[in-house]
Amino acid sequence: MKLNEKEVEILEILQKDARFEAADIAKMIGLSETEVADTIRRLEEEKVIVHYATLVDWAKMDNYTGVTAMIDVKVTPKRGVGFDEVAERIYRFKEVSSVYLMSGVYDLSVTVEGKSMNEIARFVSEKLSTLDSVVSTTTHFQLKKYKHDGMIYTAKREDNRIVVSP
Amino acid sequence: MTITKSYVAKSVEQMRPSGIRKFFDLAATMDGVVSLGVGEPDFVTSWSVREAAINSLERGFTSYTANAGLIELRQEIARYMSDRFHVHYSPKEEIIVTVGASQALDIAIRAITDPGDEIIVVEPCFVSYAPLVELAGGRAVTIGTTGDTGFKLQPEQLEAAITDKTKAILLCYPNNPTGTQLDRDDLEAIAEMVKKYDLLVIADEIYAELAYDQAHTSIASLEGMRGRTILINGFSKGFAMTGWRLGFTCAPEEISSAMLKIHQYAMMCASTPAQYAALEALQHGMGDVESMKKDYRQRRNYMVQSFKEIGLDCHLPGGAFYVFPSIQSTGLTSEQFAEKLLLEEKVAVVPGSVFGAGGEGYIRCSYASSMSQLQEAVKRISRFIENNTK
Repeated sequence: MKLNEKEVEILEILQKDARFEAADIAKMIGLSETEVADTIRRLEEEKVIVHYATLVDWAKMDNYTGVTAMIDVKVTPKRGVGFDEVAERIYRFKEVSSVYLMSGVYDLSVTVEGKSMNEIARFVSEKLSTLDSVVSTTTHFQLKKYKHDGMIYTAKREDNRIVVSP
Repeated sequence: MTITKSYVAKSVEQMRPSGIRKFFDLAATMDGVVSLGVGEPDFVTSWSVREAAINSLERGFTSYTANAGLIELRQEIARYMSDRFHVHYSPKEEIIVTVGASQALDIAIRAITDPGDEIIVVEPCFVSYAPLVELAGGRAVTIGTTGDTGFKLQPEQLEAAITDKTKAILLCYPNNPTGTQLDRDDLEAIAEMVKKYDLLVIADEIYAELAYDQAHTSIASLEGMRGRTILINGFSKGFAMTGWRLGFTCAPEEISSAMLKIHQYAMMCASTPAQYAALEALQHGMGDVESMKKDYRQRRNYMVQSFKEIGLDCHLPGGAFYVFPSIQSTGLTSEQFAEKLLLEEKVAVVPGSVFGAGGEGYIRCSYASSMSQLQEAVKRISRFIENNTK
């Protein structure tokens, strides 16, 4: 699918902040509000815009116990469907938040979110490792999130500039 | 014995303080001000550049550099100026690294000014030009460009200001405060005049990197102009490095050696860590510049369109990070407008009048602020205009 310059610009703006309104985007890139709204609707329909979500720092919540693990998975690809079939078997689990096919020493990078370490351990031993094509798994638990999707969690945006300058 | 006289030199005593000062003092005492008054990028210098400076300190590079600056940096500057603006200067003889473009301006003006020489200053412009000319013993002859020509200097205007004492003309495009850019044709017409009257140009091109619709044309790249131009540029605006204080001059050898004499006595050399940072910026920082430019461009479009919707006339500036809307429809002077806007809506802008002739009736609004700040400012200005229109 070929995207024109304006479509790319709209996507870049929304990727930085999904809450920009069509009216403001229109002013920023020199289109009418209707044109922008139509373009966004079309990009949504085409699934170029997949979803809008909010980046939440759950660590700010008292007594939050949720954990995230990144699991390196080695698999045996199947004739005809390659890695797609096993990837699908994995991403269908609701606790799996992302699955990537990787180059390098393992094949799939799987991110799993759970309420506790136990829950993730159970998922890995009972669901993931038992899949026919899965050869091995290596589980890494995240200890702290510093930066995610380009956003620094602890960043304080201070403007140290003097208020008026030539 | 008591002190009975002022020791301050008359030439300094007579200098007018910058008109911006007043607004700074007023705005600085208030809380919750949304400022469109800032003449510097809102971006922090990119980490790779900061890291290069840290690394230079860790390795102990804390001594002076050559007067004209690190030769590696001058070589990179030569390459950059040639790639970006098609002007070619020798790193050894024709480039001087300075303490910001401000110091570059100072040595350029002092190097060419004899007592009584006239230097034409095209206004509205950055506040330091005329005072620097006066300090150097010259006379600043000002020309005011106007809104109806998009604040472009007209060759006839220039010709009318030229006398037999005229030595040089000081140009700044893309312009602070108007954001106006001159295209090749505009520059050709000015260059013709400069050649006809055998003048020199001091071209402050500090905003050259921030041109949004068409690439910046340097006047030095026009035929016959290289020998008549002192180019001034730097890292403050395009590379978001204002606090590092790093600029440079490019000029023919004779003028460069004259400037270097002043520079070596007055400054010795620019700060060494800043020079290492600048080296990294030129070698690996262009991607960051491009991404900042993209943001500025969107914000510029947003501001111009918003002012139009509010009902304030505003030309589309080709560069820098200022819009310069007309507030004449309000019946207020630009100073009254700025003061009232600050008091009623806590939005800081700079009255056009502080930038000299032609600036009255306009306000300078910097869009070097986040989109959310700009949206808030637009909301407040819109309310202000509604409340102040009968």
